Amino acid sequence: MKLQFTLNGERLELDVEPLRRLLDVVRDDLALTGTKEGCGEGECGACSVLVDGVVVNSCLVPASQVDGCEVVTIEGAGFERVRQCFLEQGAAQCGICTPGMIVMTRAWAERCRREGREPGLDDARTALAGNLCRCTGYGAILRAALDAAKERP
Amino acid sequence: MARVVGSRLARPDGPGKVAGTTRYVADLHFAGEWVGGTVRANVARGLLEAIERDAAFDFTRVVVVGPQDVPGANVIEMLTLDQPALASREIEHFGEPLLLVAAPDEATLQAALAALRPRITPLEPVFDPRASTKVFKEIRIEKGDVESALAGATRTFEGEYESASQEQLYIEPQGVIALPPDENGVVTVHGSLQCPYYVQKTLVRALGLPAEKVRVVQEATGGGFGGKEDYPSILATHAALLARKAGRPVRMIYDRHEDLAFTPKRHPSRVRIRSGVDGEGRLLALDIDVLFDGGAYTTLSPVVLSRGCIHAAGPYRCEHVRIHGRAVATNHVPYGAFRGFGAPQTCFAIERHMDHIAAELGLHPFELRRRNALRLGDRTATGQLLKESVGAQAVLERIAQRTHIDTHPWRAPKTTRKRRGLGMSFFFHGAGFTGAGETMLHARIALELDAEGRALVRSASTEFGQGTETLFKAIAAEALGCEPDDVLVAQPDTHAVPNSGPTVASRTCMIVGGVLARAGRELAARIGGNGPFRERARAFVRSGGDSRVEATYQTPAGLEWDDKAYRGDAYPAYGWAADVAEVEVDLDTFDVRVVRFWSAVDCGTAIQPQLVVGQFEGGSLQAVGFAQLEVVTTRDGRFQQDRMATCIIPTALDAPDFTTDLVEVPFSGGPFGAKGVGEMPMDGGAPAVLAAIEDALGLHVTRIPATPEHLLELWLAAHPEERL
Repeated sequence: MKLQFTLNGERLELDVEPLRRLLDVVRDDLALTGTKEGCGEGECGACSVLVDGVVVNSCLVPASQVDGCEVVTIEGAGFERVRQCFLEQGAAQCGICTPGMIVMTRAWAERCRREGREPGLDDARTALAGNLCRCTGYGAILRAALDAAKERP
Repeated sequence: MARVVGSRLARPDGPGKVAGTTRYVADLHFAGEWVGGTVRANVARGLLEAIERDAAFDFTRVVVVGPQDVPGANVIEMLTLDQPALASREIEHFGEPLLLVAAPDEATLQAALAALRPRITPLEPVFDPRASTKVFKEIRIEKGDVESALAGATRTFEGEYESASQEQLYIEPQGVIALPPDENGVVTVHGSLQCPYYVQKTLVRALGLPAEKVRVVQEATGGGFGGKEDYPSILATHAALLARKAGRPVRMIYDRHEDLAFTPKRHPSRVRIRSGVDGEGRLLALDIDVLFDGGAYTTLSPVVLSRGCIHAAGPYRCEHVRIHGRAVATNHVPYGAFRGFGAPQTCFAIERHMDHIAAELGLHPFELRRRNALRLGDRTATGQLLKESVGAQAVLERIAQRTHIDTHPWRAPKTTRKRRGLGMSFFFHGAGFTGAGETMLHARIALELDAEGRALVRSASTEFGQGTETLFKAIAAEALGCEPDDVLVAQPDTHAVPNSGPTVASRTCMIVGGVLARAGRELAARIGGNGPFRERARAFVRSGGDSRVEATYQTPAGLEWDDKAYRGDAYPAYGWAADVAEVEVDLDTFDVRVVRFWSAVDCGTAIQPQLVVGQFEGGSLQAVGFAQLEVVTTRDGRFQQDRMATCIIPTALDAPDFTTDLVEVPFSGGPFGAKGVGEMPMDGGAPAVLAAIEDALGLHVTRIPATPEHLLELWLAAHPEERL
């Protein structure tokens, strides 16, 4: 099928199999390898990307589903603040979950702001529960997420 | 005065990781590359009769590699040579590799794999290690006269403790890309791995090539935890065999299922302890029997057992100790390295046993530990005299100050449906290889200056999240007297770095870091002078000074080890730590929530405190998972949790709030007083959580994982009136 969508602000038209995973389109067809594959079944969150502002596991999304949508990956704009918070807190160790964590953190921080909610630790835990990290014990990631949600962009 | 040691450096690998620009092996592509896959045995034990080829598939489209295509020896060289690269007749475990296939694309590969059908005559497998007749390694540690001491003890106790396997679950699955021989006949493998020179050694044997014709390059590695210590040698051998025959690069990146189903995990264990104490609860005798299921091949089992046995008596003084350990063969997928390397299993056993003694004596568990803790001048189970850097009492004091565990009414009756409990553990962990391991390995590094006056660290010690690069920058900068930004760390590549040994065994900081510090001081002395380092270094290079230092590990004077008797200085130094866990157990569901978790840690001088805390919190959460959440079971020799959906690890919601206090007791043999820390947190978390569950429920749990099902069973046995 002819797939039309916006990726990181750029309008694209691709010829793809409708059921091709969005993850493969991004990583293999477009060589944006910041999005990682950890499990291929929607459990680990390493492949998180934004579709129309909502976080999805790109390993579970068929390409046809993003037709006409706005897709943002870790290579896109708007992650600077969250990245800085992750660096300051030492929240990236091996780094393989980090792009997905940052995508999820950004979405959560934006939601807190949009809804005028005071970002809290329990809320952050719930928001990030779909993104697995085996290195950090999550403490540094949660601190980075709270920093990101509290700071004004 | 330290300038860099103890500071908080920005991680050099940080910016690439948060931007997503760091390249892991799956992110790399080589021109003309094919994909590789594996035909595996579908029984746990049997005899391979034939591999039938489906005539409907056109095999000219792919490359198939069998045992006859292995140019060197058909073995995976690790500690021994018992594991074939590809099985040709005897099948020893489910999923054992039989044939390899390379294809131009994934669809063709899958079709080819499906068209190759092994015909195997099944044999009766052995799954129960107690029924095994094949012993990979047996260890006896003897000190004093255990039987007499037990006979003379005021009270004696017995306990049996079991732990199941555990999956490392690094988030990046195993993966390598092998290149065919180049114009110089050099085979190159790029991979996600911990130990480049281990992989090289295995390839040398299987490919029948000299070491200089085998190049292994470590790419950014998305977690290891021991899981990428031995298996990359197998995967690299497979990919290199395919690349050689196909004459093109071959990528083998496991998907999560293949990784979970066929790569090594923690050894299941059964530990029996008999102990005798005097009237004050002082340990008089310990008789410990350790049994590890090694799985189908030797792999690393002898050394895992070794570390397990040496740590089996815990950080306790005891004159009469007998430790008998065996790692035996079964028809399980081979078990391997996982953070802690045998010690978490035996540490769990002795710590649960100490709680058992405390409960029976009516003595507080903290007080029992305080009384028995090893002190400066004491001897360990192997007879090692503790001459310095013993933080045992210091970490106990700190954990008590922080948590008041010493006055907590442990096992006091509780009545609520949601019950809180506090429990503790006390543990030590040897840094570096066991016994004469470091002396035999002879770790080497190089430190050299470039024309810009920057210092480049060359070592085979890999970064996979712990912070090796940051650590080496700090150590080199401190020793050279330069800014951390003046130090670069080379990518581990067997053609470009000396062999500093594998990145395992809590040895990178103390052992390799120690060699680096010495190299730094030597280079600084050569450069000499005062003023800004870069200017002096540039001038030194311009003047033709010898700007490269190679340094080798030197065994500290007075370290002695008898490998036959298992006596002597098992490790140059030990880290010491105490944990306290707080849990909440729901009596309706027996769900255990670990709410808070405290650690007091002596790992000597903390070169980079934030890295130590990162190691301790991350390792502790793995231990919390090991205690009660992570389940690995087998059926007919197959791991039942072979997908991420069923192989559960803690999420952000399962993680407690961590508080980690560093109690630094410097070690004169480590760089700037540092010891090791990587594995240690894995030892203490599980027993602390189980002690907290015991406090909450009054149940003495001796098996991990302590799943809700297991707790319910124990609860109903203790409270028969609640049976429905």
